Amino acid sequence: MIKFEPSDLQAIWLTLKLASTTTLLLLLAATPLAWWLANTRRWYKGIIAALMMMPLILPPTVLGFYLLTLMGPHGLIGKFTHILQMNSLPFTFSGLVIGSVIFSLPFAVMPIQNAFEATGKQPLEAAKTLRAGYWDRFFTVALPLAKPGFFSAVILTFTHTVGEFGVVLMLGGNIPGETQVMSIAIYNHVEALEYNAAHLLSGAMVLFSFIVLLILNLMSGRLFKGFK
Amino acid sequence: MISDIEIHFKLNFHDFNLDVSFNAPSKGVTAVFGPSGSGKTTLLRCMAGLEHSNEGLLCVNGQIWQNHNIFIPVNRRPLGFVFQEASLFSHLSVKKNLTYGFKRIQPSERIIKIEQIIELLGLNHIINRKETMSLSGGEKQRVAIGRALLTSPRILLMDEPLTGLDVKSKYEILPYLERLHKELEIPVFYVSHALDEVTRLADYIVILDKGRVTASGNLNETLTRLDLPTARLDEAGAVIEAFVAVYDETYSLTRLDFSGGSLWASKIDRVIGAKVRARILARDVSIAAIKPQATSITNVISAQICEIQDLGPDRTSLRLEIGDYNHKQVIMSRITRRSRDQLGLAVGMQVYAQVKSVALII
Repeated sequence: MIKFEPSDLQAIWLTLKLASTTTLLLLLAATPLAWWLANTRRWYKGIIAALMMMPLILPPTVLGFYLLTLMGPHGLIGKFTHILQMNSLPFTFSGLVIGSVIFSLPFAVMPIQNAFEATGKQPLEAAKTLRAGYWDRFFTVALPLAKPGFFSAVILTFTHTVGEFGVVLMLGGNIPGETQVMSIAIYNHVEALEYNAAHLLSGAMVLFSFIVLLILNLMSGRLFKGFK
Repeated sequence: MISDIEIHFKLNFHDFNLDVSFNAPSKGVTAVFGPSGSGKTTLLRCMAGLEHSNEGLLCVNGQIWQNHNIFIPVNRRPLGFVFQEASLFSHLSVKKNLTYGFKRIQPSERIIKIEQIIELLGLNHIINRKETMSLSGGEKQRVAIGRALLTSPRILLMDEPLTGLDVKSKYEILPYLERLHKELEIPVFYVSHALDEVTRLADYIVILDKGRVTASGNLNETLTRLDLPTARLDEAGAVIEAFVAVYDETYSLTRLDFSGGSLWASKIDRVIGAKVRARILARDVSIAAIKPQATSITNVISAQICEIQDLGPDRTSLRLEIGDYNHKQVIMSRITRRSRDQLGLAVGMQVYAQVKSVALII
């Protein structure tokens, strides 16, 4: 009989909540950034693009460590939150969201940017000659044509956040109900030699990933179309 | 000639300069003709405002679209633009593509109606398609033309709309362009490097080379100028506007009358009185000093030589006036230089032009 412990269910719920929040925020943040990167000819485009891609290469622990330092009481963000009389961000769900957003940034920006670039100038110029103003063109031509890119971005961000471990451990620690996500819960079970529970959660992860990818492939067969 | 479109652009790219200044009539089709790289497309893009020239003046029917301190953005210019590639919106249905611009203009400005465009461009069988992927090249371009026309533009700019198409689609679409020319009173700027398209469609021509205007003027006047590079092309020729006068059923021939004369051509499927354009290539016109008595050439026309220009060591171009005194038409002839000398041809001489073939183009 398969039965999750309440703490595991909590971890699953928290993971899904974290992944959804991150994906939603990232769509809002990545779209303008991807649009800018796809269209700009400024000299510092390369620098911004490189910064945006850093999380691809940096070990998550390094990223987590710097974020922890920045958000800590002596860090820049930490001082800022102190001035605003907000709670300190490390070891909170909000801190985790911020970390995840940064960690998954390239996974959202790159497919969207590629999709914008693949669309090219032609349809937008056509729209221009058909009396569509800037925002009109953006919403009625650029966004719909970049749909496959957004599709990839959502999937990649969501699954990437679900599987995240290093950043969470450094930044969020291991607080049940607040920052203890699935990957951390599995780690805890293994540490405590609770192999059955670890199997259960890991199996759920494997099944989840497989189902997501299967649905994607069945739906369009072009998951990575925008992600070159 | 009414010159209602005033054009002046100066644009510097690092490897190309455009420097043009001319007037064009605000009715009929103006062909912008020239080899690739001559700046035709750039000129059209400047007119549309898609390219921002640092120095420019564009005045359409008294309305300034661009001068030293005005630059009306593309989306506020009442123009239609047809690109070389149809550039349909692949996420929209055929109908939504057609009405994209239509929806964005004031209802009071919607002079051209959707039903009219569907009829004019023969879109009936594809109007209900949910997507544009399955359309043929010619159908896509027709939708693109319809989409542009449905903004009821004050001017239609077409950038080599037939270049990307195969020969079959091209001949499928040309009649529609001709109808457009006849039925809508919208001035058209038509960029092309194909002389046959130009002779079929244009009334006025602007010849560009290396970013400069080499010549501009009425189509036939300009095409028959011997000093221009167009006269050196293999398919150099004259265009004569004529109408269908008589059918000869026995020999399956058509007599075309034009002011000042007539020509026989192969039978065409048009009603008597229909206006047609006939194209007479320079290489199909030979010269006889005295009237040929027994010849297989059907069209032997009395002509006067008004200009002679050698094309090289072997060939010579002649500009000939045909027709009566009041209605002169101009055609060209290309002969060998030896024939010129043997016949002792000179400007002002009366000769007989033997027209081997007359191509009907409308």
